Amino acid sequence: MMNPQTIDALKADFPELTAGEFREQARVVVPAAVVHDVLRALKEKHGFDLLVDVTCVDYLHYRDAADRFGLVYLLANTATNERITVRTFVNDPNPSVPTVVDLWQAANWLEREVWDMFGIRFRGHPDLRRILLPEEFAAFPLRKDYPLQGRGERHNFPVLTRADS
Amino acid sequence: MAVDLPDNVVVTKLDELVSWCRKNSLWPMPFATACCGIELMATGASRHDLARFGAEVFRFSPRQCDLMIVAGRVVMKMLPVLQRIWQQMPEPKWCISMGACASTGGVFDTYSVVQGIDRFVPVDMYVPGCPPRPEQLIRAIMDLQEKIQREGTMFGREFEAPHRQGPPRALRTAPREHAPKTTHP
Ligand code: SF4
Repeated sequence: MMNPQTIDALKADFPELTAGEFREQARVVVPAAVVHDVLRALKEKHGFDLLVDVTCVDYLHYRDAADRFGLVYLLANTATNERITVRTFVNDPNPSVPTVVDLWQAANWLEREVWDMFGIRFRGHPDLRRILLPEEFAAFPLRKDYPLQGRGERHNFPVLTRADS
Repeated sequence: MAVDLPDNVVVTKLDELVSWCRKNSLWPMPFATACCGIELMATGASRHDLARFGAEVFRFSPRQCDLMIVAGRVVMKMLPVLQRIWQQMPEPKWCISMGACASTGGVFDTYSVVQGIDRFVPVDMYVPGCPPRPEQLIRAIMDLQEKIQREGTMFGREFEAPHRQGPPRALRTAPREHAPKTTHP
């Protein structure tokens, strides 16, 4: 369970933050402009020393969705076993947020994966390359406007015959 | 003048003798990329005893192999690796496509999974199943042995047959999608 004082302190520091709860897990939604400050406060003031995951949701075609991409940061406090979810929204064109590699080294590969799959740019990331897909892949396949079967990348290879092998 | 052959002499054709040697010493290259690979390991283990067919020597260097067993789905990042390993294997060589995924892409009809390795490398035997039982793989190896014995030649003339060039006919007539030339954004 989340200590309610943490949420209250966060709300005092960041008036634009909205807090909620989902299945007994604390969840806060913040504007992208302050997400780095909120995460820094959570780490440095409230002891959330572990970054569990950074991931993303594409809300294209989602009913009543106002924004395109929802970024999700899952944090944990290893001393008190508290967990918190921090969400923020970014939009086309050029969706981007500041990197959190300066706070948690674990963010390095997690942010590369989000860049690889969704094309969210993490400003200030030390090495923002694709991590799973080949370097020359030109699309972001987990975006909802990318076709499930791709744009023919899986068929774009030379054919080896018996004669040339 | 009739010469009686002693009992320990057999007369045959050189092609057949060479094929007989080859078919009984198939050294597999285990290209196991997914769950089918587990079944491939079971095939090589003691219960199913692939040594009965001379094919138990799994080699992890393609230079020492003459049978590539592709066990599992092959994604587009892996296919260049597969092609390179295939090219590194010395002639004569054969390929078994093991399981639904290697043969057709299986249930993974997604952007990243190659829809059948026979689009890009020559395949001699297809093993259906998800995953195939070790018995099925052994059956494929036995069928391949029969094929080698039936049509094998000392200098590999059988590989030059026109029907062995290019992907299978069904794939040659199908419309092919083409990706735009890709550059990193
Ligand atoms: S055919 Fe089935 S068992 Fe084999 S790799 Fe595909 S999903 Fe796995």
